[in-house]
Amino acid sequence: MSSIKEIQDEIIEEFGILGDDKESTIYYIMELGSQLPEFPEDQRVEENIIKGCQSKVWLTTVENGDKIKYLADSNTDITKGLISLLIRVLSDRTPQEIIKAELAFIDKIGMGNIIGSQRSNGLTAMIKQMKLYALAYQAKQNV
Amino acid sequence: MSLNIEEIRAMFPVLHQEVNGKPLIYFDNAATTQKPQSVLDALTGYYEHDNSNIHRGAHTLADRATRFYEETREGVRDFINAKETAEVIFTKGTTESINLVASSYGRKFITKGDEIIISTLEHHSNIVPWQMLCEEKGAILKVIPINDRGEILFEEFDKMLSDRTKFVSIVHVSNALGTINPVKKIIKLAHQVGAKVLLDGAQSTNHLEIDVQDLDCDFLAFSAHKLYGPTGLGILYGKRSILETMPPYQGGGEMIKEVTFAKTTYNDIPFKFEAGTPNIADVIAFQKALDFISCFGKANIKKHEDELLDHANIAFGQIKGFVPVGTAAEKVSVLSFNIMGMHPFDVGVMLDANGIAVRTGHHCTQPLMQRLGLEGTVRASFSVYNTKKEIDQMAISLSKIAKIKNK
Repeated sequence: MSSIKEIQDEIIEEFGILGDDKESTIYYIMELGSQLPEFPEDQRVEENIIKGCQSKVWLTTVENGDKIKYLADSNTDITKGLISLLIRVLSDRTPQEIIKAELAFIDKIGMGNIIGSQRSNGLTAMIKQMKLYALAYQAKQNV
Repeated sequence: MSLNIEEIRAMFPVLHQEVNGKPLIYFDNAATTQKPQSVLDALTGYYEHDNSNIHRGAHTLADRATRFYEETREGVRDFINAKETAEVIFTKGTTESINLVASSYGRKFITKGDEIIISTLEHHSNIVPWQMLCEEKGAILKVIPINDRGEILFEEFDKMLSDRTKFVSIVHVSNALGTINPVKKIIKLAHQVGAKVLLDGAQSTNHLEIDVQDLDCDFLAFSAHKLYGPTGLGILYGKRSILETMPPYQGGGEMIKEVTFAKTTYNDIPFKFEAGTPNIADVIAFQKALDFISCFGKANIKKHEDELLDHANIAFGQIKGFVPVGTAAEKVSVLSFNIMGMHPFDVGVMLDANGIAVRTGHHCTQPLMQRLGLEGTVRASFSVYNTKKEIDQMAISLSKIAKIKNK
């Protein structure tokens, strides 16, 4: 499996091909969102909603041995696309990898310009929540 | 008179730019309108030539700044046909104007068990101040329901009125849907039970002729920035007889006659309600915005805006998946809608990628969105400098966006 850095480099390259064309970039993000695996209906509950996002975002995890698998969904297609990028980078990794991951791709692909400042705050909230899950999982492992 | 829109557009420097590689199409006018060069020049001109604190100054600059500041007060008086300039109070916006009334009038005159009426169409700024007042006083907030077209149910309002009704605070034009409320009838009925009426004119003063004497409203609140003027400036009109009975809203300079440590006597209206150094530059520049409106004529501006709304209804109406929200018989040039299967945020971001500025979300009217069963809408709102060509361009972009989910 590729490293977190390698996957980020892949994403940077993909977005690099789209260049400065904002419209194509958004279509691409939405396309990525449409490929997100189905979110389990029984997990679509208030406790799994991430606070700080303008659109609704649900996030939950499935433990997979020593790794964490993330499942997420949103009521907006662009946000789904953003989550799918985060999942592609962080899912199926150990808590240690997730906690220390530096997500340089977000700045490098100019996400702030693409999605605007309010949505960028939402993206930060998603990353924070994903890392919190990893911290909780690590704490549990250490008991 | 038919307006020369190209000539008008030339007066607004901000319109002449590209956004995301496309010519800017600015359809977010209900949030704030753009400012003509004359307003921008007045702002810089004030700081370049006249900057000085107003009232009480013994020097030439202070006198000049005071004169210009008070000239705008007269300009506003004329704009809304108030009886006298003393009835025109400068605030920082519609929100502060409403809060001033809820705080000052409300605290003094509203008591336990009194009823305050608002409508389902209200902006949060005409809900929350009254909720706060009701909570403090043990008063009751009543809400006029609406039909699915976004029109208030007048007969329900009529039924709500009683001798317990002490205040009606109602939006003249809905910011989210563009509905024009029958405020003259509302004011008349409210007065029959002895209630006072505040009109939230944030979205009406830029489209409709406003005559506070003819309407007979007790208060009118609106903002300069939705009228081609600067941000951070609002107006509260109030009838002299009522303003004089109200305690000050804030304490400080300007609002006093005499201060001793034992007692302070308050200044006369309007100064009683303008504590501290006011927003001098923006007030002075606002006169240029009022001049802009009177130069072209509100009726001519409205005619153009109405034509744009009709054109947009037809152009967007042909797009598969387009669902208009708010189809009242009486509307201003605000077109709220959704695209089936799509979140308004996504539509807004994609329109922005095409250089088109619209507003998306709940438009600070969450209870209205709940009533309509919607998370939000996309809102295009048209102003005097917009063109049918821009609407056609948006229709092309919107059609492409809608196809993603409506093949």
